[in-house]
Amino acid sequence: MTRAQKVEEKFFKLLMILATYFILAILAIIIYSIFEKGLKSISWEMLTQVPQGGYYYGKGGGILNAILGSLALASGATLLAFLIGLPVALYLNVFLIRHKRMISIIRFLLDLVWGIPSIVYGAFGFSLLIFFGLQTSLLAGILTVTLFILPIMIRSMDEILSTVPVGLQEAAYSLGSNKSEIAFKIFTRQSFSGIITAVLLSFGRGIGDAAAVLFTAGYTDHLQVCSPGDLANGITRQK
Amino acid sequence: MYLLNRAQRHTVNSTWMIISLLLVALLPFLLFIGLYLKSVLLLHDYSLFDLIFSKTWRPSAGKFGFYPFIIGSIWVTVVAMLITAPVCLLTAIYVTQYTKKYFLRIMHPAIDILAGIPSVVYGLWGILVIVPFISRYLGPWMGVKTMGYSILAAAFVLSIMIIPFVLNILIEIFRAIPTELKEATLSLGATQWQTIKHVLVRKALPGIIAAFGFGLARAFGETMAVLMVVGNVVRLPKSVFDPGYTLPALIANNYGEMLSIPKYDSALMFAALLLLAVSLFFNLVMHFFIVKYNKY
Repeated sequence: MTRAQKVEEKFFKLLMILATYFILAILAIIIYSIFEKGLKSISWEMLTQVPQGGYYYGKGGGILNAILGSLALASGATLLAFLIGLPVALYLNVFLIRHKRMISIIRFLLDLVWGIPSIVYGAFGFSLLIFFGLQTSLLAGILTVTLFILPIMIRSMDEILSTVPVGLQEAAYSLGSNKSEIAFKIFTRQSFSGIITAVLLSFGRGIGDAAAVLFTAGYTDHLQVCSPGDLANGITRQK
Repeated sequence: MYLLNRAQRHTVNSTWMIISLLLVALLPFLLFIGLYLKSVLLLHDYSLFDLIFSKTWRPSAGKFGFYPFIIGSIWVTVVAMLITAPVCLLTAIYVTQYTKKYFLRIMHPAIDILAGIPSVVYGLWGILVIVPFISRYLGPWMGVKTMGYSILAAAFVLSIMIIPFVLNILIEIFRAIPTELKEATLSLGATQWQTIKHVLVRKALPGIIAAFGFGLARAFGETMAVLMVVGNVVRLPKSVFDPGYTLPALIANNYGEMLSIPKYDSALMFAALLLLAVSLFFNLVMHFFIVKYNKY
């Protein structure tokens, strides 16, 4: 090994170590700065009250509306997505198990939909609102977020369901079950924990996304509907 | 015990499944058609070329030029990828080739936490940390006057946001390479870095490109974090320290007021359509890279 090669080897190893610790350091900085700035303003009032006059300029009140709104929005959307998503994931893995090409086309479509930015869903949801003559509401927000988290939920359930052994399915057939019984009674039970993970994952995505609900859920400082969009709006307003 | 007998339940369940499946499969087409129908009004009066390449954005005077926004988006995305790509590639190689197994067990939760932070929180962090850093230290140090709300701030925040996404794919790809390849090269006398450079990276190249492509598509559509730090000034940026404006930020900022001006609504939907088209295009192309990679 020549000297130049040795130097190259050392140099790139150093770069790799730097890159790895850069990522870890950034994570530490993010967590530290959020806690450092945020902890002192967390109080009981903030969590249990709605904003009062001049809240955004540092006066009394809290963000209860936004907290409850986020929870309501994300739970509603997760429930709806679950009702649509579970059957699709089961259908792919039980009914279409012999149609490999069909499965791969549908998975491909889901991957495409997964990649669409949430602002596009927001715009689409908003145009639907106008089309149907609705107002911004919790329901509209829920529908938009449902569309947004649907591919995430289906794909992660699909990953789990596809690991269910074929033998299990064959055993159930030989005992006389039909396809929907196999889907809802055997597959769901076999991969129960994975389905819960998928639901929690989608809930996390739904509660944290602001762009999709910015125009569809609306804002209010009262205890009705608010969303992470409210947080963003408060910040941009101060700027 | 049940309201319906077995055969009826089977029918109900199957129908429910097929309806859901159709809904999901039609979703991308519905999105595209819905947005297209809304932007037809604008496309009717202006040509596509004019919309994309004209530089004036004055909706009240009926001038809709998306050029500054497209260029702003491209700047932010490209600068973000310039930060993300080397960091992710080096880290992925390091954690899969050099470190012991336990290190990956530390890295995985760290990546998951980064991936789980909502974009609004990233934006907030950008305002609190990155923007002051650029305006107080980096700008003066480089001899530029800047407010901190800039392409660079947005790109930096964005690069942190897509690191977990790209890194996860890259780690999977490097782990999927068969060990024999590596062993064969090492037994022929190559050093570890030579093995990585000439064998692993070359073998994983389609996968690496796909990972970067997915990251790029994600970065292009990111809204909230970018909106909060990019500065939102409709102007062609000359350097990374200039403020800019991106397509998603344009949509997000103007939703409330657009109803008063004719065609404004349509213009924003056209912006969403552009985003959708770019995202679909990138994901489509990258999908074929992944398929090619899996065939080896």
